[in-house]
Amino acid sequence: MRDRVVRWARGAVAALVLAGLVVAPWVVDDYTTALLARTLALALVGVSVALLTGVAGVPTLGQTAPYAAGAYACAVLGSRISDVGVVQLAVAAGAGAVLAALTVPLVVHARGVIVLMITLAIGELVVTVLGRWRSVTGGTDGLAGIPAVRPFWGLPAFGSDQARYLYALVVVATLVGAVLVLLRTRAGLLLRAARDDETRLRASGHRVPLYLSGAHIAAGAIAGAAGSLLVVAQQYISPADFGFDTSALLLLGVVIGGTASVGGALVGAALVIAVRDWLFGVLPGHAPLVLGVLFVATVYLLPAGVDRVRGRWRPSGPPHRPDAPAAPDQATVAELRR
Amino acid sequence: MMTVAAGTNRIDPYLIPALDGVAYGLLVFVAASGLVFCFGVANILNLAHGMLYAIGGYTAAALLDGGWASLALALAVGVLAAAAAGVLLAGLLTPVATGNHLSQALLTFGVALAGGSLLVAGFGPDDPRVRVPAALEGSVVLAGHRYAAYRLVFIVVAAVLAATLYLVLRRTRAGMLVRAAVDDAEMVACLGVSPARIRAGVLAAAGALAGAAGVLGAPIIGPGTDTADTVLLLSLVVVVLGGLGSMAGTLLAALAIGEIQTLGVALLPSAAPFLLFAAMAAVLAVRARGLASSWRAA
Repeated sequence: MRDRVVRWARGAVAALVLAGLVVAPWVVDDYTTALLARTLALALVGVSVALLTGVAGVPTLGQTAPYAAGAYACAVLGSRISDVGVVQLAVAAGAGAVLAALTVPLVVHARGVIVLMITLAIGELVVTVLGRWRSVTGGTDGLAGIPAVRPFWGLPAFGSDQARYLYALVVVATLVGAVLVLLRTRAGLLLRAARDDETRLRASGHRVPLYLSGAHIAAGAIAGAAGSLLVVAQQYISPADFGFDTSALLLLGVVIGGTASVGGALVGAALVIAVRDWLFGVLPGHAPLVLGVLFVATVYLLPAGVDRVRGRWRPSGPPHRPDAPAAPDQATVAELRR
Repeated sequence: MMTVAAGTNRIDPYLIPALDGVAYGLLVFVAASGLVFCFGVANILNLAHGMLYAIGGYTAAALLDGGWASLALALAVGVLAAAAAGVLLAGLLTPVATGNHLSQALLTFGVALAGGSLLVAGFGPDDPRVRVPAALEGSVVLAGHRYAAYRLVFIVVAAVLAATLYLVLRRTRAGMLVRAAVDDAEMVACLGVSPARIRAGVLAAAGALAGAAGVLGAPIIGPGTDTADTVLLLSLVVVVLGGLGSMAGTLLAALAIGEIQTLGVALLPSAAPFLLFAAMAAVLAVRARGLASSWRAA
């Protein structure tokens, strides 16, 4: 009974938020609409971070890599070949997926904090490459003057911030819906099982690295698609959009949102990005300081963080199972405690 | 950041980049060994590590005036300040549940953001100029090439530093504890050594190493707004390539990165952006499983 009420309330809140997002561009000014469109793109990257960090149990600081790959693929495509949104979206998602597939061997065998480190290195290296590969990426100046996008063949190109925002909203809603549906299938179940007890799943004949590779590539595709939305929203990209602070902000948003919850990741990432944008507006110069202090404060306010959320998925499990199944010392501790 | 000392009578164009690579690699080694300690001993991904280096770099820029005394003073102040920042970080990390990697990483990132902002507020947004001692300002002739004297001395000093580090780890009780904690932190805790003290000690040592690297390496990777990011990235790549098992691995990885960043760029300028990436991918792809198991065993 209580579950049903909670589910109903959650649905109602989601519907309200969606309705608010649809009417938002007519309520706020153009600048805020453009900011909102960019925030939507980043929130979609947040969903891909949650998919890896919370659902698959592979914490990541490197989702800006496929995000950047998608954005640059889309920008190059948009200024040279095609201005059709659907094509750009598909190419961007493909670019993100390819980059993620290339980095699978680096990520899939590591667990816990080691993945965090490897993914961070990957993300930072991608930004370095973007800054130096001038002939394609325009170096640190970035790519500007990307032509306006038309959503589909034969439709007019977007001329206003409202139109761009609504396009981003439709794409984000579709992709998030797809992720939610996918997580309800067997695939989502297997990913969670791999996160909760990898050894047991392996022992019963499942190929966990294969599942994790699939999740990594899917998350890369989502982040790549988000990159395409960023290009539509900003019509300008530079390596600064994909810096290490973006990864950390998204991870913070995902942790605030509850790590394994897709909706929570959307809200958390959007909240964190909005706070950042607002801070940089009102406190030019001191924004990083305040943002850093907020980071520390948030971590203290979420003392149990990941563990608490994980408890929800495994209520009958031992109380103190560590989150990272393969952090070596902890794995031994779990064995001792059991 | 890297300027190749171009001589007038170059015969072999690659000798100087190769030597630069050694200097660069040793600098990265000293900086990265602090991160290896944090990561291997305390199991903390310290995203504020680059900021600790930047503290040393800014100290050097502020205090160095061309004399030897100022170098000694800068080294002392830089090491102490960075070590103090490390202890502060350990204090901030204490309430965060051990083993909660995400929270730890996010907290250290917050500290890095705030600390970087404070450094820029204190020392200005422009990259400050670093003055090396007057006696080392010129260049020396080395096998027919002119080479910056400071870098040559730096190579010697950094090598001595690395050797000292090795001896401390091998021969002293503190070093034994560190190695024991890498192997089995639980057992060290059972032996009666407080994990909180180990964490504070390790972060202080990491800060001291980063601070020393920052002061001595200021003429090579100078202080600036993107220093912290650069150093963090290079240190991370060193940890990824070298693993946590041995100091030799870390040293080899650091030297390889130094050579890639200098000799590699000189040899293959068109592929320069991808070299670091390619090296990491190649090493990890070849020994991905081995690396993971060596980490797991570590």
